[in-house]
Amino acid sequence: MRFSINPEMATQEVQPNETLTNLKAESDTLKTKLEDERAKLHDVELHQVAEKVDGLGQFIMKTRRTLKGHGNKVLCMDWCKDKRRIVSSSQDGKVIVWDAFTTNKEHAVTMPCTWVMACAYAPSGCAVACGGLDNKCSVYPLSLDKNENLAAKKKSVAMHTNYLSACSFTNSDMQILTSSGDGTCALWDVESGQLLQSFHGHAADVLCLDLAPSETGNTFVSGGCDKKANVWDMRSGQCIQSFETHESDINSVRYYPSGDAFASGSDDATCRLYDLRADREVAIYSKESIIFGASSVDFSLSGRLLFGGYNDYTINVWDVLKGTRVSILFGHENRVSTLRLSPDGTAFCSGSWDHTLRLTHWASGS
Amino acid sequence: MERVIVAMQDPDMGVKMRNQRLLITVIPHAMTGNDVIEWLIQKYNITEEEARHLGGLLVQYGYIYPLRDPRSLLLRSDDSPYRFQTPYFWTSSRWPASELDYAIYLAKKNIRKQGELVDYEKENYSILHKRINHTWDFVVMQAREQLRASKQRRKADRIVLECQEQAYWLINKPCVNMPLYYHYTTTIQLRYYYYTTIIHRRALGRNRVKSSICLESFMKYSEQYLHHDPIMSGCLPSNPWISDDTAHWTINTDMVGTPTRLRVERWSFSFMELLNDSMGRREFMIYLEKEFSAENLCFWVACEDLRHGESSKIILKVEEVYKNFLAPGAARWVNIDSKTMERTLEGIKRPHRFIMDDAQMHIYFLMKKDSYPRYLKSELYKNMLAKAIVPQETKKSVFPFMRRQRHSSPSPAMVTQATEDDGKAKGAGPTGTSSTTNSQI
Repeated sequence: MRFSINPEMATQEVQPNETLTNLKAESDTLKTKLEDERAKLHDVELHQVAEKVDGLGQFIMKTRRTLKGHGNKVLCMDWCKDKRRIVSSSQDGKVIVWDAFTTNKEHAVTMPCTWVMACAYAPSGCAVACGGLDNKCSVYPLSLDKNENLAAKKKSVAMHTNYLSACSFTNSDMQILTSSGDGTCALWDVESGQLLQSFHGHAADVLCLDLAPSETGNTFVSGGCDKKANVWDMRSGQCIQSFETHESDINSVRYYPSGDAFASGSDDATCRLYDLRADREVAIYSKESIIFGASSVDFSLSGRLLFGGYNDYTINVWDVLKGTRVSILFGHENRVSTLRLSPDGTAFCSGSWDHTLRLTHWASGS
Repeated sequence: MERVIVAMQDPDMGVKMRNQRLLITVIPHAMTGNDVIEWLIQKYNITEEEARHLGGLLVQYGYIYPLRDPRSLLLRSDDSPYRFQTPYFWTSSRWPASELDYAIYLAKKNIRKQGELVDYEKENYSILHKRINHTWDFVVMQAREQLRASKQRRKADRIVLECQEQAYWLINKPCVNMPLYYHYTTTIQLRYYYYTTIIHRRALGRNRVKSSICLESFMKYSEQYLHHDPIMSGCLPSNPWISDDTAHWTINTDMVGTPTRLRVERWSFSFMELLNDSMGRREFMIYLEKEFSAENLCFWVACEDLRHGESSKIILKVEEVYKNFLAPGAARWVNIDSKTMERTLEGIKRPHRFIMDDAQMHIYFLMKKDSYPRYLKSELYKNMLAKAIVPQETKKSVFPFMRRQRHSSPSPAMVTQATEDDGKAKGAGPTGTSSTTNSQI
């Protein structure tokens, strides 16, 4: 109860607080109801259904390439559709395009800001997008002329009011989806820099996003510091589904290859699988001995394996169906910040705060 | 981390503790590095490598500190003595570490023994001296007071406290540029709960599918794609990353002469797989032309181009689509139901990116339900499957240490420019886009 001398001030003060309390109460009631509804159709656990599936054999993991060249922590990377080129960005402001197969550096750009937390390769392979503490997402067309200064052709596309945490091209080079520390995601037209759609609903920084591989190609999922993973309709800007079961920031989200589910990695040291049709969390991938957050996750091509890069410098590999950990990979000398499978699933690339990127192949041993 | 530490300190089930000798003083309640690792292995049922890794991190984050050689934050698996950091100094309970406290600590060290500060500490000391100069008298006074109080303690306690403090600051020294933290205000909270309420209400109204059905589909998917997953089943002729041979990529390029069997098989998994593969799309187009329904696929491609293309070309593209596919008597008129056609024609008056969505979806599902299954049963597809090659697995070379030369490949940027130049030279190509997945209409 606020004690106020001026009665007018008293009514003014009470109103927003009352509305807030009421709204919060309503939201909490709805949430409980929603959880009950979801539980009604949950008739079996994933690992029970997976009992009839064969267990996975022994796997051998070997690092095939180590890409050295960044002067500071590697924060993000993305693959080109040609299955061998990658773009990576780091804390020192450098964005490098590599031919990972030969380990040659093909292009390098120095951004005017440090902490380039997001980078993406265009579907055509002709441009890269990146951004970070400059609150912007810029697109650099990749010039074939080695002497040309890439920075000169830079195009500023997105503008947020806080740092850029992730970016991704949609089905073409013409549109970019971004997520930011200002709590919103946005869809931009590359050519004009125009904002096509913005997505509001997160209560704190949005840290990651992933586009759905669905038939209608209209949705994406985002994860944030408010522990929520939201699924959005790109056309209307509405949040169509929301999941809140993590106990801490969600650092990474990735769709299951069929598009019917997605996995998330969080600071609470777990990765979880959410099914979109059942509208609930269906699996938790955790172990008592894993106490550090997962910074990035990705599926193998068939969706049977889930790779997670963690802040304790390791990569844990999970059997998606059975829920068990299949293997653990040491090798990085600092936390793993980014991890992606190549487009044809032949290898995965992990970037770390130890300034390197490693390409690892994981194969079943005979 | 704290959960692990508390378990470790359990008097019955925790790590064995004993008094450890440090030079001439005896430190109580200490343990050896080896004890820590053994305990972790036993409690969590993990390998020695993992236990060493986990223990090492506990040291790095300051929950356990070494008594000998405190600057080296490593967990040694021998009889080196270690101690648990007192909860007062846990990272979580004293975060964020204040600059003032750090300044006092550095001042104490400086006073106690001149020149004891390490390089980075000297730097931080002078930065702080400049920054909080106005309170410097307070800092020095506090430092002197704390030193005087510690002199009155037993030597063993004093060493312990010094170790604890040093360990804490080794890890938690505040950095010069601390990011601004997000502050909740009432307005922001209001907005948050407003959005959340809407989302929850919407969620309550949606149809859900039983878990058993959803989860079964994961089994099926994994099984179906098992042989296509290079990690689960290897790839033929060999994985380029292992053998340094790019044959696997060469035989799977977009427009290769004869596709691989796996690739053609994949077209039968779902309509989306067929359309996503440019060769599959081309084959499907050939089939539709035989069936005189190619306009459906052309329409779908044109709509995709509209949806994902440049904003500036939207009006032009909508006009083209209308002229070619929807106008009465159009050359490639598509058969859409009357309601959708009506809605679309209305919408064309105010064209935007998504105006063709309904019509596009209608045609997509028409092809999926009708033409696609018939294509899979057709001679065209069966021949494709029969012709498809199954590459031989490359035998591992006799001398595995002789590395093959890794050849570079032309950059996609160069390839696209070349085709664009070609297009300009021949004067061909209608509305060109830079998306390589677009087939020529």
